[in-house]
Amino acid sequence: MSAGSGWIEEALREHDHGERPENPGGRAALPVTDREQQVLDRIDRARRRHPRVREERITMSHGAGGKATHTLIEAIFLDAFRNPLLEPLEDAAELRVPVSSGVTSEARLALTTDSYVVSPLFFPGGDIGDLAVNGTVNDLSVAGATPLYLTAGFILEEGFPVADLARVAASMRDAAAAAGVTIVTGDTKVVQRGKADGCYVNTAGVGVLSRPVSLGVAHARPGDAIIVSGPIGDHGITIMLARGELDIEADVTSDTAPLNGLIADLLDAVPGVRAMRDATRGGVATILNEIARAADVGVLVREDDIPVRPEVRGACELLGIDPMYVACEGRLVAVVSGDSADAAVRALRGHPLGADAAVIGEVVADQPGIVRLKTAFGGTRIVDLLVGDPLPRIC
Amino acid sequence: MRFVDEFRDADKAHALAAKIAALCEPGRSYKFMEVCGGHTHTIYKHGLEDYLPEAITLVHGPGCPVCVIPMGRVDDAMHLASRPDVIMTSFGDMMRVPGSQGSFFDAKAAGTDIRMVYSPLDSLKIARQNPDKHVVFMAIGFETTAPSTAMTMLRAAAEGLSNFSVFCNHVTIIPAIKAILDSPDLRLDGFIGPGHVSTVIGCRPYEFIARDYGKPVVVAGFEPLDILQSIYMLMLQLSSGRSEIENQYSRVVPWNGNVVALKAIGETMELRPYFEWRGLGFISHSALRVREKYASMDAERLFSVPGVRVADPKACQCGEVLKGVLKPWECKVFGTACTPETPIGTCMVSPEGACAAYYNYGRMNRNRVPEAARAGQS
Repeated sequence: MSAGSGWIEEALREHDHGERPENPGGRAALPVTDREQQVLDRIDRARRRHPRVREERITMSHGAGGKATHTLIEAIFLDAFRNPLLEPLEDAAELRVPVSSGVTSEARLALTTDSYVVSPLFFPGGDIGDLAVNGTVNDLSVAGATPLYLTAGFILEEGFPVADLARVAASMRDAAAAAGVTIVTGDTKVVQRGKADGCYVNTAGVGVLSRPVSLGVAHARPGDAIIVSGPIGDHGITIMLARGELDIEADVTSDTAPLNGLIADLLDAVPGVRAMRDATRGGVATILNEIARAADVGVLVREDDIPVRPEVRGACELLGIDPMYVACEGRLVAVVSGDSADAAVRALRGHPLGADAAVIGEVVADQPGIVRLKTAFGGTRIVDLLVGDPLPRIC
Repeated sequence: MRFVDEFRDADKAHALAAKIAALCEPGRSYKFMEVCGGHTHTIYKHGLEDYLPEAITLVHGPGCPVCVIPMGRVDDAMHLASRPDVIMTSFGDMMRVPGSQGSFFDAKAAGTDIRMVYSPLDSLKIARQNPDKHVVFMAIGFETTAPSTAMTMLRAAAEGLSNFSVFCNHVTIIPAIKAILDSPDLRLDGFIGPGHVSTVIGCRPYEFIARDYGKPVVVAGFEPLDILQSIYMLMLQLSSGRSEIENQYSRVVPWNGNVVALKAIGETMELRPYFEWRGLGFISHSALRVREKYASMDAERLFSVPGVRVADPKACQCGEVLKGVLKPWECKVFGTACTPETPIGTCMVSPEGACAAYYNYGRMNRNRVPEAARAGQS
């Protein structure tokens, strides 16, 4: 917006040309609730319009996983690269590759990539290395794939200690071994001092989709249950406290972990899984919004049922942030058919990484596109996509 | 969690809802203003309106520090920040407030040195680390935050730090409440008094509201049960024909305020003859500036600022929203042209702003709890 406030006029023009409700009687003639409903409908239409990036420069919000990130992805990247494989905007793309071994058939593969810029590089419970392996393993796993091979790309800043790089590489090796994947190719670049912050890592991963299921948040339908696999927000709060800027101490460690074992147990036990997402940047709240939007359904969750460790809740209260938006690196949100909810929770709880799994809410038909929370206090409110960035460089 | 959960107890809330509903006279409607944006935030974040009968309307007041800063002051701050020798520090809330040339965030992305701080004292750390630069703290807020700015100035003076100053935008709550009481557009039945401001100024300054205007005031805490109880206390006063100043937040608010904090403010700052408030216009003796004695820490004296009055975009109705005349959704551009991602007006920026609270938390159909739904029926 450095070029002045031209965007305001532009926004107002769009507003004026936006669809307006037909109302021959005039707004004031209507009872208040109906008038309010009309405004809500108009907002709903505005929110469904094609997003546009209004800023002239990238701000930290564009990387936060909230509204600005969604706008950037849809307005810049999806517009530029649009194709049917990209369009679902799932954590991993599903590819069909012809193979001929005697009889010609198709192999279904999943492909994903992710970059890691976390600061600090080493934190309680993990470091950028295991984060980079687990994050990509999880993106493949939630697509229903068995992760097989990873790539590793490094961008290093001049002056970065070799000992630290060796430490990162060692934890990548250990994380890959734990997840049962192999790092098979890679790349290294070095930039001048000051042009990067120590070490950034990119990983890409490929996995095979061997189960006859097709998962996607667009499959959610009214009556489905929403499950989280454990307490939320551990990773984000750990990183925030590890930076030492806040003078708050709490006994929390990152939840970074590979979820492929947990997910395999779930898919083996329950046929009714519709979709899974790992709750990284933007937290559980962002995933719930992605479900509501992709499937055009309402989502209703209960604050009392959402597992949050007391230490994390306490830190969030002090900092004025909502744990629903805080990143996890080893938790998943699953949408399962209502009748398989109990079986799904049982299956998740049977695995050490899912011991505290819980149903937190359900998919509903009313108020499509909107996520509502029944608060512990007993009221109701919306849980929207986050604007701005309370916790930059979390992964 | 101790000291939190007991103030969010749903059973107690249901009990209070029944008591409030029982006090509603059939056919009468009630309008209470929660002066403080922190209350607005709590009301929406916990869905408190589910507990209130239809006859009770909460009107959102002007007590949101970011919301009342006029565009001209943002432009002045931006002018200061753009000096190559200056590092600007600001609370996070302020970063997204649009001036006529964009927000601090936009300026930061374009290379201006603006840093977010959690406490004004962090600015001193930055000043010590950057002796060749001048650090300007963008001071905003009511009497709640003014003491921390004052203490920071006193610390800087004690350390002899010469490269720190304050761009002072502190405002005082009483003149704003008076402006609202004198406004012909609005009929209020009582006030939910600002809790955190009152920890500093105490409850006495509100006495004129009960005495001269005949309106009850209950100073309230910030947990949802605090607010619900305060509404109950207001309803009790109305049903017994009283108008008094009551303190629901006595666990934190002393009747006479915090003398140490008031002294620190008085030492470093003085009332301005007048100050422009967004939406409310110029109000005399409604804001603070740095005292002559601390002129070396006054950014307005050290650097020239344009000081130009910048009109709000025509479509923006923040003024009416801040005065409680319009509900957020009644603003023409609410939620379509003006959203939290692209706020046109300040009320959409801060989490304490009425528009942001309604957009983020309240934009939906509501179901009242049975106790509240039955109100006014015999």
